[in-house]
Amino acid sequence: MTPTAAAHSNCETCPAHAQLAQMGVSLGKFDYLVALAGNPNTGKSSVFNALTGLRQHVGNWTGKTVMRAEGGYAFQTLRYKLVDLPGTYSLLSASEDEEISRNFLLFGRPDCTVVVVDATALERNLNLVLQVMEITDRVVVCVNLMDEARRKGIEVDVRSLSRDLGVPAVPTVARTKEGLHELVQTIADLISGTVISKPVHPSHPPELESAVDELVPLIEQSAPGLPNARWVALRLLDGDHKVRQALLSGELADLESQQSAPMEEISSVVALQGRQ
Amino acid sequence: MTAKVADPKTVLLRADQLRRQIGDDFRDRIVSSLYADARRIADRSVRVGAEQKWDWDQKVDRIVTSPVLGLPIMLGILALVFWITIVGANYPSQMLAEFFFVVESTAVALFTDWGVPAWITGFIWNGVFRGLSWVVSVMLPPMAIFFPMFTILEDLGYLPRVAFNLDWLFRKSGAHGKQALTMAMGFGCNAAGVTATRVIDSPRERLIAILTNNFVPCNGRFPTLIMLATIFVAAAFPPAFASFAAAGAVVGVVLIGVGFTLLASWLLARTVLQGEASAFTLELPPYRRPSILRILYTSLIDRTIFVLWRAIMTAAPAGAVIWILANINIAGVSLAQRSADFLDLLGFAIGLDGVILLAYVIAIPANEIVVPTMLMIYMGVGMMSDVTSYDEIRALLVEQQGWTMLTAINLMLFSLLHNPCATTIITIWKETRSAKWTTIGALMPLAFAFAVTFAVATLWRMIA
Repeated sequence: MTPTAAAHSNCETCPAHAQLAQMGVSLGKFDYLVALAGNPNTGKSSVFNALTGLRQHVGNWTGKTVMRAEGGYAFQTLRYKLVDLPGTYSLLSASEDEEISRNFLLFGRPDCTVVVVDATALERNLNLVLQVMEITDRVVVCVNLMDEARRKGIEVDVRSLSRDLGVPAVPTVARTKEGLHELVQTIADLISGTVISKPVHPSHPPELESAVDELVPLIEQSAPGLPNARWVALRLLDGDHKVRQALLSGELADLESQQSAPMEEISSVVALQGRQ
Repeated sequence: MTAKVADPKTVLLRADQLRRQIGDDFRDRIVSSLYADARRIADRSVRVGAEQKWDWDQKVDRIVTSPVLGLPIMLGILALVFWITIVGANYPSQMLAEFFFVVESTAVALFTDWGVPAWITGFIWNGVFRGLSWVVSVMLPPMAIFFPMFTILEDLGYLPRVAFNLDWLFRKSGAHGKQALTMAMGFGCNAAGVTATRVIDSPRERLIAILTNNFVPCNGRFPTLIMLATIFVAAAFPPAFASFAAAGAVVGVVLIGVGFTLLASWLLARTVLQGEASAFTLELPPYRRPSILRILYTSLIDRTIFVLWRAIMTAAPAGAVIWILANINIAGVSLAQRSADFLDLLGFAIGLDGVILLAYVIAIPANEIVVPTMLMIYMGVGMMSDVTSYDEIRALLVEQQGWTMLTAINLMLFSLLHNPCATTIITIWKETRSAKWTTIGALMPLAFAFAVTFAVATLWRMIA
């Protein structure tokens, strides 16, 4: 593991350093959409702030009282829009926060989803990673709070983690910006296809798997172009009302038209105010 | 494309059939395979070093959230905060009051020299300015001490532990565990506490949290409580213990407030707002070293100045209203005296008097100005009396106005329980958009206040 100071000086001299620029709210157009998910208290906001800078759009999710923040950064001439999802532990139960996150991953169809995890509590955080990976393949795991883990004597083998999950994983310390350059590079590589992700899916008991296998083709026929029929199948088998509704109303079928609907903007405020 | 396009209804039908075949424990099995995978992957990539460092967070949490020690530690910290506030605020308050008094009398003398009509001088300096200077000298020092300490606890990560300790109490009363958090916010400002209830998803539990938030004393009311505790409770003890007794009394009042929060929640959850308590996850964040600059900024700028400014904005017009009431005479008796006399019977019934109730009516916009208003009406504007220390306030209240221990206790109870200030009422309306719940939110506490103070006064008089 590179010590923080060394990582910093490496960054300063690295030619790519100049290519990362915080864009704050000045993103009229963007090339790629990146979603930021994670459990509460994983430093998700630190990652968000470090990438986008202090100025960001702060508003509410349409029709909800849950806050929505978005910002942007430019990296190697491409512009990325970053949307901060509410901090959740899972996507299974139907709390407002989880529904928002889930809907954005489904309907917002981000080009890449970064899941920020707490290196000191990896097991609990992986539950969310596995659930996100069921919805989308394009996942980058950001193993944050590496400094706290080191302090507690916890060693995280990020390579092994990445191999087992089938998606790239990057160790970071968002507070000191350690590893953030690698993070944006990995996001870029994943989107461009330089890095290919093959997420593992939780191994469910055989009778569940056969039920899923039977439903997936049916779902794909009724909603062509749906990238995550497997997830929809699992949700239907769980009797998920929202997903049933979405399938009946054709919402799942016209995903394309729903793509990243512009957010209802309430204010563009300087950060610090309310971004706790 | 193909003829074999599946209709969504067919898909759902098949899904339902499969669901029945699999059985009800689908969710459990999914979750357990998910957890098993997470554990397997985590086990392979995480090594816990042999020289595992002493995990302070866990050790501290084991103590401060322990079922036995958690609550006493919490009360101890609360008492310490109040004690530091009481001891620390006394002297600066006196200095400020003396300073403002010098400004006021100098200005009055100047105005008189210049030949400005007496009613203008009186209105500006004895009315508006005196209202302002009271508010600043009574409120600024306690706030400047209390807020930074509260922010330190917040920054340290102690508040979620408080919520953890109180969670079971709230669940027992049929409310949401997060209500402990919104209640803690209420200590700062009830309007902020009401807004903070947005963290509660269930509308039923959120309403309970909104309607009962007023039962914890906000900052506008702390100075009243602290002053009364200092003047009456502390005076009954030898000087060496006085400040501890005062702090203990304030803690007692806060506990009574928490008690009423739980009682009112319980009543609401059993009557108009019935339903199941919902579960939630409360994560205890790691303890973090508070950053001093940020604490000073948030507590002094965001909170102290904000609350003080609001108080000043309401104190100036209130000062003017009091001066007018005290100086307009009908048949030789001032309006203030007449209104106070009118309220006197009701006041007596609940162990207070007409002036105190009048002060509460005038102070509806902001609770902060209750004590200054009361003192100004008592003194009668125009009869100048230099009241700059707690001893003099005590002399004024006890010797001239006949206050007793009952008056002090009931005033503390009334201050704790009475209706929320105008800002909080407006906030309740904004959050609920319902005239019905706003009315209940305003009147239910008032009913509690009258009922409790009446009961205490009646009991007291029967015994005494």
